[in-house]
Amino acid sequence: MSDLFYSNISELQAGLNNKTFTAVDLMQSVIERTEAVESEVNAFISRDIEDALKQAEASDKRRLAGASLGALDGIPVGIKDIMAVKGQPLRCASKMLESFVAPYDATCIEHLKASGAVIWGRLNMDEFAMGSSTENSAFSQTANPWNLDCIPGGSSGGSAASVAAGQTIVSIGTDTGGSIRQPAALCGVVGMKPTYGLASRYGLVAFASSLDQVGPFARTVKDAAILLESLVGYDPKDSTSLNRPKENYSKALEQPLRKLKLGVPSEFFGDGVDPEVKAAVEKAIDWYRSEGHTIVEISLPHSELCVPVYYIIATAEASSNLARFDGVRYSHRSSDAGNINELFNKSRGEGFGEEVKRRIILGTYVLSSGYYDAYYLRAQKVRSLIRNDFDQAFEQVDAILTPTTPTPAFKKGEKSDDPLSMYLSDIYTISVNLAGLPALSLPVGMTQEQLPIGMQIIGKAFGEADILSVAHAFESNHEFKDLRPNLDNSKQ
Amino acid sequence: MSEKTEIDINYVAELARIELSETDKEKLSGQLKDILVYFEKLNQVDVTGIEPMAHAHKVQNIWREGDQAGPVFSQSVLNKMAPESRDNQVVVPKVVE
Amino acid sequence: MKYEVVIGLEIHVQLKTKTKMFSAAPYNYGAEPNTLTDPVVLGLPGTLPVLNYTAIEKCAELGLMLGCKIADVCKWDRKNYFYPDSPKNYQLTQNEQPLCVGGSIEIEMPGASRNIEGAHRWVELNRIHLEEDPGKLTHTAFDSLIDFNRAGVPLAEIVTEPNLYSSSEAVAFLNALRNLIIFSGISDCDMEKGQMRCDANVSLRPKGLETLGTRTEMKNLNSISNVKSAIEYEMKRQAEILDSGDKVIQETRRWDAAKNISLSLRSKEEAHDYRYFPDPDLMPVVMDKARIEVLNQMLPERPFDRQRRYQKDYDLPYTITSVLCANHQLSDFFEETLGLYNAPKAIANYLVNDLLRELASNSEQGASALSLSETKLKPQSIAELVEVVESGLISKQIAKEVFVEMFASGALPKSIIESKGLSQSNDSSEIEALCLEAIANNPKAVGQFKDGNIKAINALKGPVMKATQGKANPAILDELLQKLIESGE
Ligand SMILES: [Mg+2]
Ligand SMILES: [Zn+2]
Repeated sequence: MSDLFYSNISELQAGLNNKTFTAVDLMQSVIERTEAVESEVNAFISRDIEDALKQAEASDKRRLAGASLGALDGIPVGIKDIMAVKGQPLRCASKMLESFVAPYDATCIEHLKASGAVIWGRLNMDEFAMGSSTENSAFSQTANPWNLDCIPGGSSGGSAASVAAGQTIVSIGTDTGGSIRQPAALCGVVGMKPTYGLASRYGLVAFASSLDQVGPFARTVKDAAILLESLVGYDPKDSTSLNRPKENYSKALEQPLRKLKLGVPSEFFGDGVDPEVKAAVEKAIDWYRSEGHTIVEISLPHSELCVPVYYIIATAEASSNLARFDGVRYSHRSSDAGNINELFNKSRGEGFGEEVKRRIILGTYVLSSGYYDAYYLRAQKVRSLIRNDFDQAFEQVDAILTPTTPTPAFKKGEKSDDPLSMYLSDIYTISVNLAGLPALSLPVGMTQEQLPIGMQIIGKAFGEADILSVAHAFESNHEFKDLRPNLDNSKQ
Repeated sequence: MSEKTEIDINYVAELARIELSETDKEKLSGQLKDILVYFEKLNQVDVTGIEPMAHAHKVQNIWREGDQAGPVFSQSVLNKMAPESRDNQVVVPKVVE
Repeated sequence: MKYEVVIGLEIHVQLKTKTKMFSAAPYNYGAEPNTLTDPVVLGLPGTLPVLNYTAIEKCAELGLMLGCKIADVCKWDRKNYFYPDSPKNYQLTQNEQPLCVGGSIEIEMPGASRNIEGAHRWVELNRIHLEEDPGKLTHTAFDSLIDFNRAGVPLAEIVTEPNLYSSSEAVAFLNALRNLIIFSGISDCDMEKGQMRCDANVSLRPKGLETLGTRTEMKNLNSISNVKSAIEYEMKRQAEILDSGDKVIQETRRWDAAKNISLSLRSKEEAHDYRYFPDPDLMPVVMDKARIEVLNQMLPERPFDRQRRYQKDYDLPYTITSVLCANHQLSDFFEETLGLYNAPKAIANYLVNDLLRELASNSEQGASALSLSETKLKPQSIAELVEVVESGLISKQIAKEVFVEMFASGALPKSIIESKGLSQSNDSSEIEALCLEAIANNPKAVGQFKDGNIKAINALKGPVMKATQGKANPAILDELLQKLIESGE
């Protein structure tokens, strides 16, 4: 039973149904694994072991009574510390919310609970989801399980690392400019951002409202599909949520993949790409060609403008979204505030970390009197152009293949003092959020230094089933899903 | 935009209600200047006649009908989370207008 | 004065919805602190707004009442500013595309006296937009307390053009607006409860000049008399500045009602940079033309239209209609009573005289008059009262007594008359004996009457009335006395 923590959902469901083991056994295995490697990985901000075991026990009771809730019943799901779980801390990796306990459930959490999932732990992240390395956490620095000196990516670094290290079966993260796909690529797991509006944002602490989406991390495409099915769905509490019929994504994977037209945008394979990353992605593209799919060279001409558009829109929205953290009702309050303005200024000065302050200042500036048209309004217009690029491309192709990141995981501290170069590490993922499209990162190779390489598969709006199928076809014919990082403790 | 790449850091920090040390201000000013220069890329494109995109999807008319009351929090929820409270209200330093 | 004052007003009105503008938390005035909150109201991390359509509908109805153009599309913007009563530190409002544009309202200036109708004119409006109310701060000697019950209540902000030219015009405007809104049922506009709040922009310019002078914005005017005092104070202050050759500074000023002065809050240089931008959490509202038309068809009558109708159709005098139509409950009560018994003048008289008198005298010492809904009186009570007087069952004199009794107990006139034996005595033999006695006791009056002084008969009627405790039917009495005097010749 020792490797239950590295099993996939289908295997675990079979074992649970056959009574080979119980949900409590599974949870124990995950807990033991977590404790064994956590000192190296640091994927968690907090974890409530007692609560997780209680949920697992409830799952076992349901199963015994013949009332199992389906594929996720009894499966541990790790939660990024940005989703509200009633009665659990909600810190967003920030000193600002150090003592905040959520008094309500996010809609996605309600969905997970309704499907019997065991809500497991609060996973590390960049503070308020602002960052690409999980170095901007006020609590700990998560390591990349493949190389502990490297960053796991971000902002959902804890979600990616915990799945890669076997500290959970699957996890959820959030993606504003690549915060699921980039860490998934760097940690060698599957990570997916659904179409904007497919999953509810209610209970997800907002970074950039018009870009944020919740999505799954898993070690296999099928596990990601199962988790996605549970997460999505119309929510009347989120006015940006879309009312669409539910799809059975995991079932769609059972169909043989039809012959597709796959677009490859030249702009994503230029000078900035690491040669090993480029080679691995091109090799994957060749595989699709060899399988009889048509590879079409396409152009997304405004790709270069994604980073400025993104950092204007995202920081502007963030500057307003994060205004509620003011020391008045629930967030950190400075102990030496003599008047109300000092209370605001000092609480926010003390509570927010450097990157968050930088983005709030930037976002405040671009919205301030006299600059709105030049920055925010202009960025929204260029956002339309970026969306048009995709609309045109999808007239020719069914999905688009690109590297997820320009480079494999970099060393901790390497980019901490150069925000602009850190911002550029999201260059391939950002445009997808601006256009509101679904995309997935799939492990497609390893560097010579044994660091994972991810390929991004971008779909049409609501093309989740398609991109999952495209990913599944490659995964079924390659070994990457079975590779495990060599953590010291696991060698012992 | 070039002439605007200098941020009045004191003004913006005051608007954002974030206290910054002098060294923070200096460091931030430099970094933001680089970022704003990078933002000038946006001037490369002509956006005349282009609709601004505020939402990912053109969805309209999302609302709640019927004006029916939902659940409320008990007073203890806010009392528990507030840094300081008295008489079931949140306490802040005296606000003088 | 050699200056002309130009005033523009911004009025915030709380819409009477059951729940808040962007959450389903209920609202009612006077609830225990922080009992009307939920995750959205408190601005907890992760929460999102969902629009209450009833707020849109009520604001559109207000716009239609005021002749505004209802926008085809309205959108939501964030107004960013830090204040401890604002849970998100931004207010959801409509900056770029308000729901109602333009419009105007009829106002009546004070007449030469209370009984004389004043001049009417129309005041142009700029816009009406929707926004959310913040919570409420209470200041103690050393700190401030925040109650978030009010946070998120829908507000309609009505913005006038700068086209009011005296403090009394501003007062007339506010009275007309308040009355119209109360008539429409959109808000109770109780200023003491903060349901209606007013800011005034005031500037002076030399008489005859077209361009506007520098304005100041007066905040916190929480009664109509405060608005008047604050405008007058500001006119005087600005005139003194201009007279001395100085310039008025554009600034926000706060009215201190206790001291009767205004104080500078912040000058334009420190004015807020609100960083408005479209709210990404809320979608645009495309107004449904059919739904608007339904509202338009069902609009209530405007108060001045009603007043004109009363004057024209019922021939009621200005003094009566101005009282009736200044009070929505009273005029609705009037209409209902009229529906039961068609005697507009008599009904109006009972309402304007007897009813208002009883309402005033039955309120607690020092409190404002009782409202109609607090009484036991029903339209049926008044209708029946008028009927029994007109049919001669009781005299107008007895009716006064019946009125007081039915106001107090809620009993209907006929049952009061019966239980108290108040019906007019028509026992002619008894009255005849009393009349003969009166004639015998008062030969002087009899003589005067015979000489053609008809009024002299009143001296004979008095003792009869007294003896019957007023129950004698005055008409019958008149007839009988005349007959007896003539036959006695
Ligand atoms: Mg205003
Ligand atoms: Zn307002």
